[in-house]
Amino acid sequence: MPPLTFTYQVPGDDFTRAGEASGQLKRTLKKIGFNADVIRRVSIAMYEAEINMVIHANGGEIEAQVSPEKIEIWFRDQGPGIPDISLAMKEGYSTAPDNVRSLGFGAGMGLPNIKKYSDTLEIDTELGVGTTLHVIINAE
Amino acid sequence: MTVNELCRRLDARLTAGANGADRSVKTGYICDLLSFVIGKAPEDCAWVTVIGNVNTIAVATLADVACVILAENIPLDQAARKRADENGVAVLQSEKSAYALAAEINAALGI
Ligand SMILES: Nc1ncnc2c1ncn2[C@@H]1O[C@H](COP(=O)(O)OP(=O)(O)OP(=O)(O)O)[C@@H](O)[C@H]1O
Ligand SMILES: [Mg+2]
Repeated sequence: MPPLTFTYQVPGDDFTRAGEASGQLKRTLKKIGFNADVIRRVSIAMYEAEINMVIHANGGEIEAQVSPEKIEIWFRDQGPGIPDISLAMKEGYSTAPDNVRSLGFGAGMGLPNIKKYSDTLEIDTELGVGTTLHVIINAE
Repeated sequence: MTVNELCRRLDARLTAGANGADRSVKTGYICDLLSFVIGKAPEDCAWVTVIGNVNTIAVATLADVACVILAENIPLDQAARKRADENGVAVLQSEKSAYALAAEINAALGI
């Protein structure tokens, strides 16, 4: 059976809608019957990546492929790109502007959380062109 | 101890997500940086914060906390209230500081 594919558009700068794609996929995975730990890890990775698209890249597009063995997600944006990936991956590193810090963002923990809760994280980025995160979460 | 019982002990107000207020509370956690909470808050905790927007509720669900407690009379905005009711995330409000709340949560839970 080919994987089920879901796509989501993430608007830029709309913090009230942030997390919506993550919530939608979560409900879908629940219906399919994935176990709670897998659903939790997918939800967290997706929430963090989605918020990053909103805050740092003016939105983007998410494609999720769901099969019994794994959930594979691509987060594609046309934002500014990430100049130094290893710096961005460091706990505590953040370039979040003040207006979003007052909403609770900017711990510099989003990318580390994605790494922690996923089995594979690949970042493909080009300055001035955009960033793609490729995340895989195994479902055993 | 349930969220409802803790709410009474703290003299707080249950302001949203009343359908989640019979959950049991095991411990407490204080932080205002959302991604920290996602990665570090223990599940079933009472999470004390001064951030009251819709992302607070999203994070409360992701981290599977027992309830959110807004300290210092911080308001819960409209979108957050709606999401809390939909997701059954109990939100308490108090005029007390996070420090005072932590001390009282400890006493209430016998930690
Ligand atoms: N999609 C993206 N496009 C451009 N830059 C990004 C993107 N995602 C992350 N970054 C850069 O990487 C840094 C670290 O990201 P990370 O998610 O770890 O922390 P944060 O978003 O700043 O804060 P937090 O996620 O803890 O609220 C960001 O501050 C930003 O500079
Ligand atoms: Mg982030």
